[in-house]
Amino acid sequence: MMPAAVLFGGSMHDFEIAQSGGHEGRAAWFRRGARAAFSIPGLILVSAFVGFAGLARDAGLTLAETVFMTGVVWALPGKVVLVGAILAGNGLPAAAFAVALSSVRLAPMVVALTPEMRTAKTPTWVLYALSHFVAVTSWVLAMDRFRHVPRPMRTSFYAGLGSTLVLGNMVVVAAVFLIAGRLPPAVSAALFFLTPMYFLTSLWGSARERAGQVAMILGLALGPVFHLLTPDFDLVAAGMVAGLAAFGIHLVGKRRHQA
Amino acid sequence: MTFTAIDAWWWPYVFILVAGWLATDFWRFLGVYLGGRISEESELIVLVRCIATALVAAVIANLVIFPSGALAGTPLLLRVGAGIAGFLAYLAAGKRVIVGILVGEATLGMGLLVFP
Repeated sequence: MMPAAVLFGGSMHDFEIAQSGGHEGRAAWFRRGARAAFSIPGLILVSAFVGFAGLARDAGLTLAETVFMTGVVWALPGKVVLVGAILAGNGLPAAAFAVALSSVRLAPMVVALTPEMRTAKTPTWVLYALSHFVAVTSWVLAMDRFRHVPRPMRTSFYAGLGSTLVLGNMVVVAAVFLIAGRLPPAVSAALFFLTPMYFLTSLWGSARERAGQVAMILGLALGPVFHLLTPDFDLVAAGMVAGLAAFGIHLVGKRRHQA
Repeated sequence: MTFTAIDAWWWPYVFILVAGWLATDFWRFLGVYLGGRISEESELIVLVRCIATALVAAVIANLVIFPSGALAGTPLLLRVGAGIAGFLAYLAAGKRVIVGILVGEATLGMGLLVFP
């Protein structure tokens, strides 16, 4: 097992700088944030975006639409749900509802991250602007690395990290989109398989409690069932039924634990 | 009002902005606004995480069971088997996502070599 600092591309050097206080400017911390994107979690995220580009192209989206979606939505689950809704021919309200349901979890993530970056002098608009970069990977990296960043420099660090991840993956998506049509079928199949494989594993690992894992298993089982039963509303129906059931099991388990 | 309902260059972008950007950044902005007012541990947040996880899981299952494009030409059992193999490898490797992805892809690739 590698120590976390190696896994996340950190080093004692950064730590010593953090200890010595904020002599350096914001540009230096912005660059350090940008460099933090080049790490194992960053690499895994790139593989997920390679898969997403293939998925979006296959769903009939254009290069410009896919790159635009990558920049404005950013969080991968929201984008995969949006492409799923487009593939299913859902209308705008149903698609927006499904994406919103899949993205509610961004609010508590931002709630957890914002106090880590805020100082008495931080302008509010900076926090709103930076919140756009919040998705699983940048959030995990930031929460891990912030201990080594002086508090007043954390907004600059996160701006470097977030913008590098977003812009870098927009370039990745565009590049994959351009070559995807020329790949042999077996390679294309492997490309499309990246998205499910990424979420099958990362979703399980990011679950904070047992209920999240129960929700994942029920969602996997009910997704195809509702796809056949209610094709127009399958994602929202499967998400609500499986999510509420998992929450119910969580409440029953908790009550039994307390009794 | 589907993605292809209006035949104009701007319609897909409006669709992506409303169903994509608005539906995600709304929650991020709400998170900044709420600041420290809601706890990560509250039961409401647990419910929110359950529904979001189940919804993404449903999309994933549909991508494997009812795929489109190049994946549609592969046997269903191979796709499900590759997914299970990758997931078990991920667990066995101490929850390392990269191991799960590599084993899942390798299983799919070998299966395609054996049953082209």
